[in-house]
Amino acid sequence: MSAPLKDITPAERARSTSFHEASARTRLELLLDAGSFVEFIGPEQREVSPHLKIFDLPEQFDDGIVVGRGRLDGSPVFVAAQEGRFMGGAFGEVHGAKLTGLLRAARQIALIPVLILFDTGGVRLQEANAGELAIAEIMRAVMEARSAGVKVIGLIGGRSGCYGGGGLIAGCCSALAVSEPGRIAVSGPEVIETNRGVEEFDSRDRALVWRTMGGKHRRLLGAADVFADDNVQDFREAALELLGLIGSFGLDSLKAEQERLADRLSRYGACLDAIDIWTAQGIACAETVPELPADQFIALADEIGRTSRDAR
Amino acid sequence: MEDLRFQHRVRAPAGGTRQSAIVGVVASGNLEVLVERVLPDAECAVDIKTAAVGFGEVWTAVIGDFVERYSPGGLRFSINDGGARPDTVSLRLAQAVRLIAENGQ
Repeated sequence: MSAPLKDITPAERARSTSFHEASARTRLELLLDAGSFVEFIGPEQREVSPHLKIFDLPEQFDDGIVVGRGRLDGSPVFVAAQEGRFMGGAFGEVHGAKLTGLLRAARQIALIPVLILFDTGGVRLQEANAGELAIAEIMRAVMEARSAGVKVIGLIGGRSGCYGGGGLIAGCCSALAVSEPGRIAVSGPEVIETNRGVEEFDSRDRALVWRTMGGKHRRLLGAADVFADDNVQDFREAALELLGLIGSFGLDSLKAEQERLADRLSRYGACLDAIDIWTAQGIACAETVPELPADQFIALADEIGRTSRDAR
Repeated sequence: MEDLRFQHRVRAPAGGTRQSAIVGVVASGNLEVLVERVLPDAECAVDIKTAAVGFGEVWTAVIGDFVERYSPGGLRFSINDGGARPDTVSLRLAQAVRLIAENGQ
């Protein structure tokens, strides 16, 4: 794959590579400065899941997450990228411990930001208790890192979206960038349908799924701070932009976030569909939002405004 | 799950200086190949863990053909297989050899 591409620059290659389609390793390679990525606990160390063997399921040498350090425009960053194709990018014991360890290292060093490339359906059911504990440990590690002054940025545009415990962790981050195929939620479409019935949520209605959980809606609601087009270069630029935007974190920002969410609920709590929310936000022809190309959507979203820098 | 192991004597060592490389993902119809430069020049080993039980003969043929074609001396291949077809296996093995044949870490 790399040989005929030698003549084009890394930025051109990152621009022409879909974030959604790329593997976790390709995303990191193209997101960071060329050749700067150094992996921690790489596949050759074979830190595989201790649980999958019991279920007669295949393991992956990196347990579905790649962690390490690299550079972004010359500055050091810690990175973690989930591989959404291995068991839906789900959190198991080892998978989670790698991310917890990275966040704790970031807290100790206190100056180097962390980028988390989410691509996950949530907890790996075969490792349920260990996976749930991992989510709790990661959420704590994110908050402790942020309290120590670390910026923790989530990038969401993978095929598995960011669901279950992944959605909870994303909610703890300093800021999020999302693309159209990226979805952010806790309960997924099929979970809602199974528990509440098809009248509540039809998981086969893809348009409904995307306008309820998709990147555009999350950006307009203020859950995600930046909307990226579906290529790795756009996510790189989004990460750089967010690194410059994120303010300090403390009790005041948590109170401001609580206020923002309460205000959002009082404004849009009665809406039955995302289109009602977009209309209430003052968007003319709200029903056309899903069809808008990325550049037009970004222009629209910028008019709506951005989550206050003091919140989150 | 089924574990398979193949060891071959080969004509020549693999090129390049990288110590290890990884390609692919463990998913349905896909596999990952971890290749490491850890064996004597005239040897090659392939360790397979596969979710598809009972395909030992097919693996024997695919690995035999691969070793004959690429002469990957000095390399140990470790495969986690999610039930990939033989052509996908051949492709990933070829990608792994090409990746480790690059210079660098």
